[in-house]
Amino acid sequence: MSENNRHHPQQNHFCPAETMSEDEDPCRPSPPPPPPPPEPVSKKTRNCAAVHPSPHSDRVLEIVLEHVLQFLTVRRDRNAASLVCKSWYRTEALTRSDVFIGNCYSVSPARVTTRFPRVRSVVIKGRPRFADFNLMPQNWGAHFGPWVATMGKAYPLLERVYLKRMSLTDRDLCLLADSFTKFKDLVLVCCEGFGTSGLAAVASKCRQLRVLDLSDTEVLYDGVDWISCFPEGETCLESLIFDCVECPINFEALESLVVRSPALKKLRLNREVSIGQLYRLVVRAPSLTHLGTGAFGHPEPQDPNDQEMDYGSAFSACKSLVCLSGFREVMPEYLPAIHSICTNLMSLNLSYANIGVEQFKLLIQHCCRLQVLWVLDSVCDEGLQAVAATCRDLRELRVFPLNAQEDVEGPVSEVGLQAISEGCPKLESILYFCQRMTNAAVVAMSNNCPDLVVFRLCIMGRHQPDHITGAPMDEGFGAIVMNCKKLTRLAISGLLTDRAFAYIGRYGKLVRTLSVAFAGDSDTGLKYVLEGCPKLQKLEIRDSPFGDAALLSGLHHYYNMRFLWMSTCQLSQRGCEEVARALPRLAVELLSYEENEEMDNETVDVLYMYRSLQGPRDDAPQFVRIL
Amino acid sequence: MEVSRRMVNLFGGGGIGRDLNLNLKETELCLGLPGGGGSEGAPKTNGKRGFSETVDLKLNLQTKEAAPLDLKEAQSKNGLKEKNPLTAHDSIKDPAKPPAKAQVVGWPPVRSYRKNMMANKSSKDEGSADQKPSTASMAAFVKVSMDGAPYLRKVDLKMYNSYDQLSDALGKMFSSFTMGNYGAQEMIDFMNESKLMDLLNSSEYVPTYEDKDGDWMLVGDVPWEMFVESCKRLRIMKGSEAIGLAPRAMEKCKSRS
Repeated sequence: MSENNRHHPQQNHFCPAETMSEDEDPCRPSPPPPPPPPEPVSKKTRNCAAVHPSPHSDRVLEIVLEHVLQFLTVRRDRNAASLVCKSWYRTEALTRSDVFIGNCYSVSPARVTTRFPRVRSVVIKGRPRFADFNLMPQNWGAHFGPWVATMGKAYPLLERVYLKRMSLTDRDLCLLADSFTKFKDLVLVCCEGFGTSGLAAVASKCRQLRVLDLSDTEVLYDGVDWISCFPEGETCLESLIFDCVECPINFEALESLVVRSPALKKLRLNREVSIGQLYRLVVRAPSLTHLGTGAFGHPEPQDPNDQEMDYGSAFSACKSLVCLSGFREVMPEYLPAIHSICTNLMSLNLSYANIGVEQFKLLIQHCCRLQVLWVLDSVCDEGLQAVAATCRDLRELRVFPLNAQEDVEGPVSEVGLQAISEGCPKLESILYFCQRMTNAAVVAMSNNCPDLVVFRLCIMGRHQPDHITGAPMDEGFGAIVMNCKKLTRLAISGLLTDRAFAYIGRYGKLVRTLSVAFAGDSDTGLKYVLEGCPKLQKLEIRDSPFGDAALLSGLHHYYNMRFLWMSTCQLSQRGCEEVARALPRLAVELLSYEENEEMDNETVDVLYMYRSLQGPRDDAPQFVRIL
Repeated sequence: MEVSRRMVNLFGGGGIGRDLNLNLKETELCLGLPGGGGSEGAPKTNGKRGFSETVDLKLNLQTKEAAPLDLKEAQSKNGLKEKNPLTAHDSIKDPAKPPAKAQVVGWPPVRSYRKNMMANKSSKDEGSADQKPSTASMAAFVKVSMDGAPYLRKVDLKMYNSYDQLSDALGKMFSSFTMGNYGAQEMIDFMNESKLMDLLNSSEYVPTYEDKDGDWMLVGDVPWEMFVESCKRLRIMKGSEAIGLAPRAMEKCKSRS
């Protein structure tokens, strides 16, 4: 896992680095829907083994090819190489060590292990993103079980598993720990279904464990003290991230673990760890590069003896610290302790810290090298102005809402956005929650920040127009797609007519991911996008007036997409059936929000469709109907 | 097994509470309903509420409040939040306050973990626990486990306004699992020691919860709002297993009568 300092905008910086970004492979799944193997005798491939029937030269060529192909790391290049001819297909398959499965149901585990026999690293993604917001009924699927069962036998040397939005059980983790003796890296992002017993199995049996990262992952506390299950003696741990784990932690065991992990660089603690305990860890591990501070406060009044602790020096000793997060129960009086390290920081995540404007300004004024900042909107427009004044190098900004409701007074607005656009011209990625916005500010950002790759604006009031002019937000988003020539990811909100979609279809030629909610007037809107955006991979739409006609206008493109999600739109079963008929290799799932109900013949609650080589899955729950 | 009905009776069905021992009504403390208005009369400011008031709340069906524009109507019989694309905050009991705008599932698109963390934070920062936080409508998801059921569920306690509603929802949620035999449809009288002990000695299921202090309590002891604020996790366990929790309920019984 390469963790370089060069900022990658698509990388979720506070989730462990995705070494396999989707960006590398816009057009093909991995593996691609297999065409019939190309003609072995091809004029173009003079060296193809089949032309020269001598087995000896066959083998030599293949060996050479193997050696050469090992230098190909980028997925897209590998996919291309595999299509040259049968021999290249075979050799590429033998030399592929990293497999990326963007949708766990697009291909069966057996098929993957059959084609790629020598895999060391696997990335598997499950549920679509809207599942994070309760739009997908529970127990839909995305089980890791079948994967670990198959890979356990096929890949005994597997070293790395990265899962996103998958469900896994304790048993799966035990099987993982038992099957892979050389296992090194486990990264679980937005996963659930297991408990501390599963973690204990991994901790105790994976003797070469380097990375154990749990980000936004739910872990059930079943009483097992997993931290104590790491083996005695020195460990290979380089990264231990458990800031989302809402379980009590045996601190003595944790401390001992940190002490005997000399390679530890990344440590993100959960909010059970108090600032006093943090202190003890930090003084023992001053070479950390990434630190999640846990509570950064303490639940009970401090023992008077503890108050003498010199937090400031402890932190200033961490000369290598570049990424700071946590502050889960922050007590602002302790914040000055980190001022001295702020100048080195490249990433700062205060998105769980409800600190006031003044406190924030005192902190941010030191962060001149900051490239990634996550905050709560409680810092207000004024705080964002302070960011704009100091963080000239900012690449990524995320502003989360403290009160995630509609119709409340919001502390940030177009003022903050405008300030950021003026102060941070290198901005590449922004996620901004607000209650009100203007087209002018969005247009300004489109002009001031030409390097934008990700633009996600969430105006929390549904159908909110520009609050000064009363106009729809079409022009703002239109300017973004027009002026930001590198834009690949877009999330729109506010009052939007079909015009906004026309802009996106016309100018959003590189857009791969589009997120739509409560927007548009008619089918025409969606048609613009499906017809105009050739690189579109992931389209998620909710509560928008798009119906069958719009759906059918995308038939030419659906095989090129990772998935399409449409919930509470105006689709009918007939329309979806037509798509399923026209595109047999598409899995068309209709999900119902009403359990145990006969599916209403007319309306469709959720349409979730994705290309698949394996046909309809056999683990679909009752509320899923696969056409 | 009509679990929901039985579970409703656990907390006290609508109307039955009125026939309770008059001693209960003499308990002098009560708590206003959400928002300060109350269908039970003038609220008193002290924290505790008479038991009659906890059980008198009628089962409130979720209204199909007019949803803006293109959202589907919720089916009120299905109390499961995660299944409904639209849920409405019940404002029937609250004539004083304007009806809350219908909160839409999954909007704004903030993950539950973050929402819950922020909800905890805001109410803490606003000081007194009695003060109704402005984040009142924020979700309070808790896990619900039932002994014997193969997987856990989650409910958003803020979606309900009373124990009745919650028990109804829980009943539906776990109705597919056999719950064992239920005896006569008697309401569990939390003030009646012997009846409580009967239940806890039986193989019937009782709902329990883990509160902020980490203690496991029987559901139904404290006023609803207090419960929502302090409940971290729900567990539906066999009455016989919940015996260890009974002493606390007993203490509360004794302190009230």
